[in-house]
Amino acid sequence: MSTETLNDAHDSPDGHDAHHEHHIPKGILRWLFTTNHKDIGTLYLWFAFIMFLIGGAMAMVIRAELFQPGLQIVDPHFFNQMTTVHGLIMVFGAVMPAFTGLANWMIPMMIGAPDMALPRMNNWSFYILPFAFIILLSSLFMDGGGPAFGWTFYAPLSTQYSGDSTALFVFSVHIMGISSIMGAINVVVTILNMRAPGMTYMKMPLFVWTWLITAFLLIAVMPVLAGAVTMVLTDKFFGTSFFDAAGGGDPVMFQHIFWFFGHPEVYIMILPAFGIISAIVPTFSRKRLFGYASMVYATASIALLSFIVWAHHMFTTGMPVAAEMFFMFATMLISVPTGVKVFNWVATMWRGSLTFEVPMMFAIAFIVLFTIGGLSGLMLAIIPADFQYHDTYFVVAHFHYVLVTGALFSIMAAVYYWLPKWTGKMFDITLAKWHFWCSLISVNVLFFPMHFVGLAGMPRRIPDYALQFADFNKWISIGGFAFGLSQLIFLALIIKACRKIGEPVSDQVWEGAEGLEWEIPSPAPYHTFSTPPLIK
Amino acid sequence: MVEEKHEKYYVPDQSIWPIIGAVALFLIAVGAGNFVIETTRDKSGYGFYTLMAGFALLLIMLTGWFKNQIDESMSGLYSAQLGRSYRQGMVWFIFSEVMFFAAFFGALFYARTISIPWLGGASNNASTNEVLWNGFEATWPLLITPADAITTGEASTKAMPWTGLPLINTAILLASSVTLHYAHVGLEKVKRTQLMVLLGATIVLGCIFVFLQVQEYVHAYVDLGLKLDSGVYGNTFFLLTGFHGMHVTLGTIILMVLFGRCWKGHFTPKDHFAFQAGSWYWHFVDVVWVMLFFFVYIL
Ligand code: HEM
Ligand SMILES: [Cu+2]
Repeated sequence: MSTETLNDAHDSPDGHDAHHEHHIPKGILRWLFTTNHKDIGTLYLWFAFIMFLIGGAMAMVIRAELFQPGLQIVDPHFFNQMTTVHGLIMVFGAVMPAFTGLANWMIPMMIGAPDMALPRMNNWSFYILPFAFIILLSSLFMDGGGPAFGWTFYAPLSTQYSGDSTALFVFSVHIMGISSIMGAINVVVTILNMRAPGMTYMKMPLFVWTWLITAFLLIAVMPVLAGAVTMVLTDKFFGTSFFDAAGGGDPVMFQHIFWFFGHPEVYIMILPAFGIISAIVPTFSRKRLFGYASMVYATASIALLSFIVWAHHMFTTGMPVAAEMFFMFATMLISVPTGVKVFNWVATMWRGSLTFEVPMMFAIAFIVLFTIGGLSGLMLAIIPADFQYHDTYFVVAHFHYVLVTGALFSIMAAVYYWLPKWTGKMFDITLAKWHFWCSLISVNVLFFPMHFVGLAGMPRRIPDYALQFADFNKWISIGGFAFGLSQLIFLALIIKACRKIGEPVSDQVWEGAEGLEWEIPSPAPYHTFSTPPLIK
Repeated sequence: MVEEKHEKYYVPDQSIWPIIGAVALFLIAVGAGNFVIETTRDKSGYGFYTLMAGFALLLIMLTGWFKNQIDESMSGLYSAQLGRSYRQGMVWFIFSEVMFFAAFFGALFYARTISIPWLGGASNNASTNEVLWNGFEATWPLLITPADAITTGEASTKAMPWTGLPLINTAILLASSVTLHYAHVGLEKVKRTQLMVLLGATIVLGCIFVFLQVQEYVHAYVDLGLKLDSGVYGNTFFLLTGFHGMHVTLGTIILMVLFGRCWKGHFTPKDHFAFQAGSWYWHFVDVVWVMLFFFVYIL
């Protein structure tokens, strides 16, 4: 298999020839009409960041209200809207688009493809998102306010006790889903079909593998979410009774349908993170990843198992004991492949020649803190224990450890890891270290005490609380504000990087980095791999 | 294999259609949301018009995008690799549709095997039945809902039999899958008459199906009193058959476009992704119907 005979992709019959390579469209239209995976990746990442700041502002409102017991700043209905929209924005507006942005930027470069397989659809998937969130956010200003039923929109909260703006919530989720599904189809097809010659499946970088499996999960469960919101819509507006016992339905049925989507969804938000960590740890350990194949199989088994554990969110709904047991054991089973991954990362570092550049600092923080989240998950998986923990701050602590110090930290690690490749300049390392240490300390002040108040019985999603929780909540809020402010350092750093301020970097950027993305120039040219490279 | 890999990649230039599509979906979502609120709450507003504007824009976008696509395909810009991408993309899209229907089938199965029996006192729910829904008995089709049981005690709807229209419709859809298959064979063997006649027949069958489905709905509402809000039986009946009906309608429109393209001779025996995709879609819709016929009508 030789590559000499390959033609330039742009040397195509329609007359566009090689000079096209160097022509980058200018101005706003470049961004509106773009079909370039790097442009679209950038758009996704900026969109995710803006959503992260908006969702973060809502979290600040929540923490300000909870700073002291009693109702002081916002009224309870508004508080509920804040918790709801904070959750929806962070899940669908920040974490998922950020991973999609990384996929867009990196997957074609990692597999030696010139672009995503379906570039126009790629643009469409992206541009649906801002519109979907305009709808969601503007519903906050409607009569009766926006969604206030929690990001999980349980019936009957969403069907009987919600405002009319629920209809807009439903349709905005619909178009978000369309966007995710198209994005996921694009990723799957790109990976299955656009790999450079010689890039066999078991040679693919783990970020590509984890995204392939994530995309499969997305295609499988986003339509189920669409079904769930549709039934909420008809229950609320057209008199159906899917989730109403009076007509033969059941509110618990809502939870089954929602969590059939919801649990795979949480893995959608963590599998790409596993891929990122599996890329960063070997680089800064200067060793190959320990147990590559086991990582692939672990990812696949996590994905498959994630379809049969959903009811661990519903232990207190009074399911038959046999069902509870089944879901408990299936859930615990998932921690086995998860443990394999943590083991492999640690084993990769074992006796490596470690250095602690910023991406590696985030990656190590990820491994430690994500594991804490995994362990609290294991506690929640124990039925009788969950009877106590369910709907308390313990659950909030659990999922913020896996999502903030897990998913979000991995996204930051990824940005620091690949930013020099994107801009061609090293980012401001001092700022980055400030960002890391401020985030690391504040995030633990923010989320660790939540375990304690949760175990002591403080319920989640309530704007007021009993006096005995006051001290802890004060610290939680202080940690929250500090974490929020720390992200402004990140914003400053990113703006600086986008203005291309900094030391130029080499093609390889990081000494131990391996893979196709490090063989192309820094900054990565507008078009890469117009001719596929040959992988040996 | 190696040869194919070495074909030129086709990376399309900038395009205005995707963002127009995003604006169209925005208008559809805003319009649909407001329209739902306005019709059910007797308010006035622009929901309906926004929705229609969205659909119009979507239509313009699809026409423009497909025209673009067809021109590129006709001028030979596409490679075998791109063809594979399209095919795989279509398969995954159909998989997502399967999962969409799965949500509603899931609701149907849950209602039938769990919520209704439990409301009727099964498992450990004897007192729920006694205290909350006294006199309610678990049956399927659910004609007397728990609410009916504790108020009038009488059925508010009749069941839709599977004989008659549903059976005829099943035969029609199954036949249409066969005609479409042989139309495809005709395309591959360059038998133009076979292709055109059988594709035309498929379209006619699709239209008859939709027409009969509308008749059935009229029958349900007028004669049987079976309505969208007649408890979970009516809910699942109308949402499942309704979404299926929408898919048949869409599928028929796709087949009509394909008919036009066959007429103009756009497809060659080897290269006819659009036809292939349309036919996969049609067969998928057909399979969904068989499931529906089984689980919604017969059982
Ligand atoms: C070792 C693996 C894990 C186990 C055993 C586990 C177990 C659980 C259990 C049992 C609950 C339900 C708690 C309750 O509501 O009473 C829960 C909630 C949750 N988990 Fe995990 N989990 C694991 C990993 C993860 C990961 C990796 C993520 C996301 C990246 C995640 C995200 C969440 C979220 C968002 C919730 C709360 C949803 C809500 O009620 O709003 N979990 N987890
Ligand atoms: Cu879960």
